[in-house]
Amino acid sequence: MGKILETLKGLWMDSGFNAFFLAGGWKSLLMIAVALVLLYLGIKKKFEPLLLVGIAFGTLLTNLPGAGLYHMAMWDAYTYECPYDAANDAILYNVEEERVITLEEYRASLPEDAEEPEIIEKLSFTDIAHYGGLLDILYIGVKAGIYPCLIFIGVGAMTDFGPLIANPKSFFLGAAAQFGVFFAFFGAILLGFTGNQAASIGIIGGADGPTAILTCMLLAPALLGPIAIAAYSYMALIPMIQPPLMRALTTEKERSVKMEQLREVSKTEKIVFPIVVAGFVILLLPSTAPLIGCLMFGNLLRETGVTERLSDVAQNALMNIVTLFLGISVGATTVAARFLTLNTLKIVVLGLIAFCFSTVGGLLVGKLMYKFSGGKINPLIGAAGVSAVPMAARVAQVEGQKANPSNFLLMHAMGPNVAGVIGSAIAAGFLIKVFG
Amino acid sequence: MKMKLSEALIDAVMGYAIVFLGIALLVLVVVLVGKVMNLKKPAQPLPIPETKAPAAPTPKPEEPKAPGSAGELKLYDTPDRDAAMIMAIVADELKIPINELRFISIREVRKK
Repeated sequence: MGKILETLKGLWMDSGFNAFFLAGGWKSLLMIAVALVLLYLGIKKKFEPLLLVGIAFGTLLTNLPGAGLYHMAMWDAYTYECPYDAANDAILYNVEEERVITLEEYRASLPEDAEEPEIIEKLSFTDIAHYGGLLDILYIGVKAGIYPCLIFIGVGAMTDFGPLIANPKSFFLGAAAQFGVFFAFFGAILLGFTGNQAASIGIIGGADGPTAILTCMLLAPALLGPIAIAAYSYMALIPMIQPPLMRALTTEKERSVKMEQLREVSKTEKIVFPIVVAGFVILLLPSTAPLIGCLMFGNLLRETGVTERLSDVAQNALMNIVTLFLGISVGATTVAARFLTLNTLKIVVLGLIAFCFSTVGGLLVGKLMYKFSGGKINPLIGAAGVSAVPMAARVAQVEGQKANPSNFLLMHAMGPNVAGVIGSAIAAGFLIKVFG
Repeated sequence: MKMKLSEALIDAVMGYAIVFLGIALLVLVVVLVGKVMNLKKPAQPLPIPETKAPAAPTPKPEEPKAPGSAGELKLYDTPDRDAAMIMAIVADELKIPINELRFISIREVRKK
């Protein structure tokens, strides 16, 4: 009888349920509730479900005590190049004093029932694959900057740059709509974030998930979870965020402008475009190479006409597989101790500000172009300059049609929309260069 | 490390300016490339119609129905005048000469 009770007690002590009653257990419960809310938003409200469902499930898995799928301390040790105790999942670092602690100090701080330390002086991806859980292994793809770039190959393969080539002036709207990036960057500095963190928060305004993830991973990996969640949530909320701003900043007359039909773009132009853009932008700002290089490579696969199979794989199979891994591994970073902080709340607010000001920047330059073109350009297409392809372009189309039912702005808005992808990559390249 | 506000402001303004500058240069390159492409177009030899030896007269293949706007056009509850107007508007919107379009039928759709 005593043995049975002993076994049952052991089972209870090892179970995750017991961990909920230990110190800080409530935080895990709260994060599980957050995961359920995100799942609800993804499944029921269809907020970017392809990514949000994965992120939410990653959040759920990582906050189940004892699951051991993701080890935050291990990734901190990797990032800050500190010694790591694989036996007790602990980093030999004193946060308050901001210094690496000695083995003797560490041993003295360990509880009596702790395992014999197994210290790794400097973690490598091989160590992580050896000691880590499943989500740690998947997260290597984020940490190495592979997933965002692979997604960009898919985005490139899905993007038709025709409207942008036909009307290169649209590029300026894509640039204008990066206003929110720099506005939120400055706001984040005001709120006490460091330069690296502020740059990662600001890039939410680029409305481009992979760009935000890559920038954040390079500059402030500790903020990856909240930044990715904010970026994808706001992208899903574009149909709610943008229309009030569009109506506030434009007149009925401006919104009802019908734009002239775009010229036809030849196949050769479409083939030359990704080659020229990749070469030019990377030479101009080498730090954009991973994003612009992959985006334009994907687009070239689409346009050549001789790589249809590769283009198909990039658009579908590759995109789906990487989205799956990216979502769940980004979700895994939302560990309670890291996520439930005041900084997360600040990031959520700054992310919204970034989105709003990016829209405002695009609209204001759209209005300028309306004036200079003698009323031929509908300023609504400026709002599509925030990337979020093709959601932002669709919103411009809907608002344009509300003002004038015979208005078809979609193709015109696609120009600034895809220009926004390039614009946000350039903005990210600048921030990585300055703060990387 | 915390940043000074003045430094942050300079970085923000400079970053936005760099995005614009990069984009402006890119526009220049894209426009130039487009111009070069379009310059080449007229130089390309126009497709020469095949010159075959006059063959024995063969029976003409049947004309497709309603070639251009002049072919067979079925009108349902639509007066000729309205049909002509619709065809003209469609041609204008599509920027395609009306004789290159083929209308098969025009039907008035009534709201139920």
